[in-house]
Amino acid sequence: MNRRQFVKVAGGATISLAAFLAGCGSSTGGSTNSNGSAAIEFLSVQQEGMGWPLVLSTITDQYAKTHPGTTFKVNFAGQTTLYQKVQLLAGQGALPILYNTPPADLMTQLVKNGEGLDIESTFQQLGVLQELQPVAITLLKKVFNGQLVALPFELNMEGFWYNKQIFSQNGLQPPNTWDALVQIAGSLQQKGIQPFSASGKQGWPITRLIGNYLYRKLGPNALDSVKSGQAKLTDPAYVEAAQAVANLGKQGYFGKGVATIDYDPAVDIFLQGKAAMFYMGSWELRDFNNPTRNKIGADNIGFFPFPNVVGGMGSSTQTPMNAGQPTSVNKQKYNATIGQWLAFMAKNYGDIALQKEGAVTGFVVHNPPANLDALTALVENQIKQVSEPVLWFEAQFSTKSTNISQQDAALLATNAMSPDAFMAAVQQTF
Amino acid sequence: METMLRDRRAALLLVGPALLIYSLIVLVPVVWSLAYTLFEGNVLSGFQFVGFHNFAVLVSDASFWQALAFTLKYAVVVTLGQVVIGLLLSLMYVFYLGKASGLVRTLIFFPVILPAVAIAQLFSKIFEIAPQYGLVNSLLQAVHANGLIQPWLGQGGSAFWVIVIMDIWTSMGFYAVLLFAGLVEIPGDILEGARIDGASGWRLVRYIVLPLLTPILFSSFIFSINGTLKVFASIVALTNGGPGQETTPLTLYMFNTAFSNGQYGYGSTIATALAIMSLLVTLLIFSSARRDVA
Repeated sequence: MNRRQFVKVAGGATISLAAFLAGCGSSTGGSTNSNGSAAIEFLSVQQEGMGWPLVLSTITDQYAKTHPGTTFKVNFAGQTTLYQKVQLLAGQGALPILYNTPPADLMTQLVKNGEGLDIESTFQQLGVLQELQPVAITLLKKVFNGQLVALPFELNMEGFWYNKQIFSQNGLQPPNTWDALVQIAGSLQQKGIQPFSASGKQGWPITRLIGNYLYRKLGPNALDSVKSGQAKLTDPAYVEAAQAVANLGKQGYFGKGVATIDYDPAVDIFLQGKAAMFYMGSWELRDFNNPTRNKIGADNIGFFPFPNVVGGMGSSTQTPMNAGQPTSVNKQKYNATIGQWLAFMAKNYGDIALQKEGAVTGFVVHNPPANLDALTALVENQIKQVSEPVLWFEAQFSTKSTNISQQDAALLATNAMSPDAFMAAVQQTF
Repeated sequence: METMLRDRRAALLLVGPALLIYSLIVLVPVVWSLAYTLFEGNVLSGFQFVGFHNFAVLVSDASFWQALAFTLKYAVVVTLGQVVIGLLLSLMYVFYLGKASGLVRTLIFFPVILPAVAIAQLFSKIFEIAPQYGLVNSLLQAVHANGLIQPWLGQGGSAFWVIVIMDIWTSMGFYAVLLFAGLVEIPGDILEGARIDGASGWRLVRYIVLPLLTPILFSSFIFSINGTLKVFASIVALTNGGPGQETTPLTLYMFNTAFSNGQYGYGSTIATALAIMSLLVTLLIFSSARRDVA
């Protein structure tokens, strides 16, 4: 092989390799189809045909009647890989127009990088800001450092759901105070009834109790003080909350093997009548209203708010709420065409989500269905009455602190870790 | 052919593309990962040079030491279990079952081809406590040993042993077949001669079989230790490192640090520590192998 042949062959091989590698890259996709209509792509932890994707595709179908060519596509990402995927796509400028929002610290970074749309000013310009419920705006702003950078496709309140039959058979009334709650748990345990169902494997159903205890004991700003550095989770008043929850575990009130229980089995334990109480968000209504899964019957489920702590500064009227897993809009892909679709979506989301999924959302409902089931109506009413929502324990924590908190919750609930050590571990990474 | 291979340019042309791809997909990421250890941040916030700060953090990170201790404990116990039980099985195939060992070999090898997630699901059901008792707790209940019923996967101590049992059960068939291949290669006349000289049972195994099997045994140890030091999928699927961090190996700690917490630099530092540890263990086994196998 002479030099010229060698150069030719080597050059050819290099170009082929480059072409092969270029072919391996995926297209970043745009937000506008070739005919100028909107192409909505959604990076979602929910699969196509359910939840938010179902509602959004229904809305897009309606929108497409007047705006032909508008398309909607879901890119599914598992909850555990979402944040990683958002980071990787954002790093390559390939984040789609809609994406499930990552934790506050990552989202703040995305906004800084120009990949998070300011929903408040955009909706104001589009004339649809009034389509968002004020309480949803308050909640999302609290989570994302005062900015509205996410859409509330859900609006949930949290509290204790209880088995009415078990309560009435044992002469029990929903408690008003934490002490009364503990007393009820004790009396149920004595009668061989598991007081609470909870998922220690997920961790957050346990840490939710710590957060709420703090709000009731120290007032609704309890965790703001930690964020601002005025207080520490290792302060005695904060450790008391972890101690209160650890005590429930010590008495065995969460049942056997709480550390191994995943989310779905925890739901099943309550819905099969094997536990009397279940702390959870109102998103669980979809299972409560599912007769195949709910063996105790939807009529048999009652609700009471997280009770007061005697001598505490908070009150049970301060309701733990969240906007579920919110969704953000990629500012880099936003344009007038997308704006039109967003405005149409905002006007219809509340109605269609309630009709299709029975879901209460952060969007205003214009035409409520005539026959709303009792539990959904209860949640809607409760949410309407909320004057001061409070967030969950880790809402203002860094991603790492959140992971540590939820990972160690099982150890706290099984008394394999002391309340002091638990709070110290979370504070250390705050 | 020889003339062509002596032509350096022709050899370069033949090796070049493969070398280029290998460099791009193996060497570059390795060097890149090493460079990340000097930085902190992630793809969104950007990277800041922090020098050897990540290594200083590593030394004082209690979670790292906990994960390292778990990894070493796991690697030693599972490697011994896989190879020793594999050896016993292979001896059973050859000396006890003989030609009828085919079906047993197949059955014991079967878990090797099952996906880690399916095996983890199986074991989580076997050791389940709620919503209903799994096989183990049901058996304990049946024999009225209620005091022994416990959340096997909900306590660090017992969860470790469940993982050990699962991973030994999964891989012992592979090591049994590997050692079986070594055993059938031992010439029959050597075994016959030993028997005539009065060696049988344990003495035959100790003085004839094991020395002749040493090279395969070392290979098995190297395979096993490298696999167990890098254990990931089976633990993620069974306990996800929990409860707390009690069953978190270094690989999972590295993954969580880099991808869940967004600390790519520190994650790379843990990965480097893991790579160094794997290298040291392999060198240790190789050096002892050279002495003994020679």
